[in-house]
Amino acid sequence: MNLEEIKSQIEANVPGCSLEIIPNASPSGQHSLLVDPEHALTVGSFLRDGASPRFDYCSNVTGVDWPLKETTAKQKTKKIVDGVEKEVEEAVKTSTGDYLEVVYHLFSLEDRQGPLVLRMRTGDRAERVHLPSLTPVWRSAEFQEREVYDLFGIVFDGHPDLRRLLMWEEFTDHPMRKDYVDPDDYEYEPTAHDEVLKRTQAHYAAQETPSGAEEAR
Amino acid sequence: MSVLTEVSIDTISQPANDHLHGDLLEISMGPHHPSTHGVFRMNIVLDGERVVKLKPVFGYLHRNHEKIAEHETYLGSMPYTDRLDYICSITNNWAYALAVEKLAGIPVPERAEYLRVITGELTRLQNHAGLIGFLLQDMGASGTPLMYAFREREKILDLFEALTGARMMCNYMRFGGCRRDLPSGWMEHAQKVVDGFPRFLDEFERLLRTNEILMARTQGVGIVTREQAINAGISGPMARASGVNYDLRKVDKYGIYDRFSFRVPLGEHGDVYDRYMMRLLEMRESLDILKQAMRDLPSGPIMDPNTKIRNFRPKAGEAYGRIESPKGELGFYLISDGGPNPYRYRVRPPSLINLTLLEQMCLGHNVSDVVIILGSVDIVLGEVDR
Repeated sequence: MNLEEIKSQIEANVPGCSLEIIPNASPSGQHSLLVDPEHALTVGSFLRDGASPRFDYCSNVTGVDWPLKETTAKQKTKKIVDGVEKEVEEAVKTSTGDYLEVVYHLFSLEDRQGPLVLRMRTGDRAERVHLPSLTPVWRSAEFQEREVYDLFGIVFDGHPDLRRLLMWEEFTDHPMRKDYVDPDDYEYEPTAHDEVLKRTQAHYAAQETPSGAEEAR
Repeated sequence: MSVLTEVSIDTISQPANDHLHGDLLEISMGPHHPSTHGVFRMNIVLDGERVVKLKPVFGYLHRNHEKIAEHETYLGSMPYTDRLDYICSITNNWAYALAVEKLAGIPVPERAEYLRVITGELTRLQNHAGLIGFLLQDMGASGTPLMYAFREREKILDLFEALTGARMMCNYMRFGGCRRDLPSGWMEHAQKVVDGFPRFLDEFERLLRTNEILMARTQGVGIVTREQAINAGISGPMARASGVNYDLRKVDKYGIYDRFSFRVPLGEHGDVYDRYMMRLLEMRESLDILKQAMRDLPSGPIMDPNTKIRNFRPKAGEAYGRIESPKGELGFYLISDGGPNPYRYRVRPPSLINLTLLEQMCLGHNVSDVVIILGSVDIVLGEVDR
C-alpha cells in the first residue's frame, strides 16, 4: 500500500480537498494522511466505495490532545554590530500544537491491506472543536466517536447520537485532555458530621456555581 | 361491562397484531444483572414482550485506563493490561507488547514467539470454553454445561499459574519476549491437557449441538449480515459467524502464525447459533495450532539480552499493533514523544465495538433473547469500559 498513490487517487476524485502526508519516524512506518474537515465525509465515502483498494473496515477511532507547546531555541546568527560582523545568539520562539486531533485506522478487508491512518484537526482546543462525524460512512465509529466526544471534547457534527459514553451525563469536563485537573471529589455527598461539614463548606466555596449549597450550609 | 362497550367495531375487525395497543414498558436491565456479565446496563423499551428500543449504557467500570497509562512507564502498564479483558490476560499482554515492539522496532527471539503462540492459544481455549458455558447458562441450561466448561478452563488456568504465578492476572509478556521460561514438567502437563481437550469438545457437542431447545432458542435470533458486520467494525468470532473471512492470524500473520496450518471457520447465518458453533469450531483449530507449536518449540533464549526494558524511551513516532484476541481485534495505538511514558495510549476494545449492533440485533425479540444475544457477543466489561 502506497500512501502517495492513495493521496493522488483521492485528489483526483474529490475536487478541492487538501491532503497532507504526516510522516512517522518510528520503525512501524505507519504514515498518516491529514484530511481537511470540510471534505472529510466525501473522502471517507470515496475510500469506502471508490478507492482501490476499498477501505471498507474502520477499525480504530481515537483522539489525541496537542496543547500549545512553545519552545525557545537559541540560534546563532551573524549580524553587523557597530560595523563589525559578530555572531549573536538569538532566541527563536516556535509554537506547535493547540489543536485536538482525531485519528482513524482503516483497513481493506478485500485486499487485506492497511492500516491507512486518517487524521483530522480542530481549529483550536476551546471554541472551534467541531469536526464532521464519519459514522455515516463507517458505523464502527459510532461508539468510538462518542468516546472521543466524552473524553476529549471534540464535537462530531452529523453523528446520529452524540452523547457521553463513559462518563455520566452531568459531568462537564473532558478527562483525557492533557490539562485536565481532577475534582477534589468525584462523587461528593455531604453528611451532617462536623469534619465533613467543614469539608462540605470548603468544597462548595471552591465552586463557582454552588449546587445544593443552601441545604449544606 | 363499560370497558367492553368502549371497544368499537372497527378495532375488533382489524388483524390481531394491530388492535393490541398497550402502553410501552420501559425497563432498566442492569447494571447488576447476572446476564450482563458485569456492570452493564441496557435501557429497554418493550411493547408487550417485544423489544422496540434498546440503548446500552456504559461506564460503570470506567477508570480511564488510557489516562493512567500516560502517567506510567511503558513497562508499568503491562500488568494493567491484564485487567482489561480479565478473562484473557495473556492475549492483552501480547497485543500491547506487539504495539510497543512495532513502535520501537524490537525483535523477538524464536522461542519466545512459540511460547506466545502456545499461551495465546491456551487463552483462546479457556475463553471460548468459558463463553459457551456462560451462554448455555444464560439460556437456562443451568449449571451442568457451565461446570463442564469450567472444569476444562480450570485445567488451563492451572497451567498459567504454574508458568506465570497467577491464574488470571498473568502479566506474562515483555517487550521483545516473555517473562519466564517453561518450568520443568510443564510441557508434559500441557500435552495432557491438550490431548484430553477434544474429548470434552466431543462430549459437549454430542450433548448440545442438535439439542432441540438450543436450536429453537438460538437459530434465527440476533442476526447480523456480512455487510452490517463489516460496516460496524465487528471482529473476531462474531464477524466470522456472519461470514466475514477475516482472521488476523491469517491476515497480518503477526508473530509466527504463518508457520502453522489451521482453518478459519465461517458461519452462514450470523445468528446466535452460528456464534455459538464458531467458538466450538475455533477451539478445534486452536488445538491444531497448539499441537504444531508444542511439537516444534525450539530451544533458545526467551529474551534478547540486549533489549532494554528499564528506562525505555522509544523514538518519537506512533504505531498501531493489533492481534486476534479471543474476543476480536484487540489493538493498541501508541504515540511516543521520546519520553519514558507514552504520550498517547489507546486500547481498541473489541468488546465495545462488537456491541455497536446490539440494539439492531435485539429489536423484535423477547427479553430472554436479549440475554442470549448479549451472551453470544462475548463481552468483558473491564475492556468495554476501560
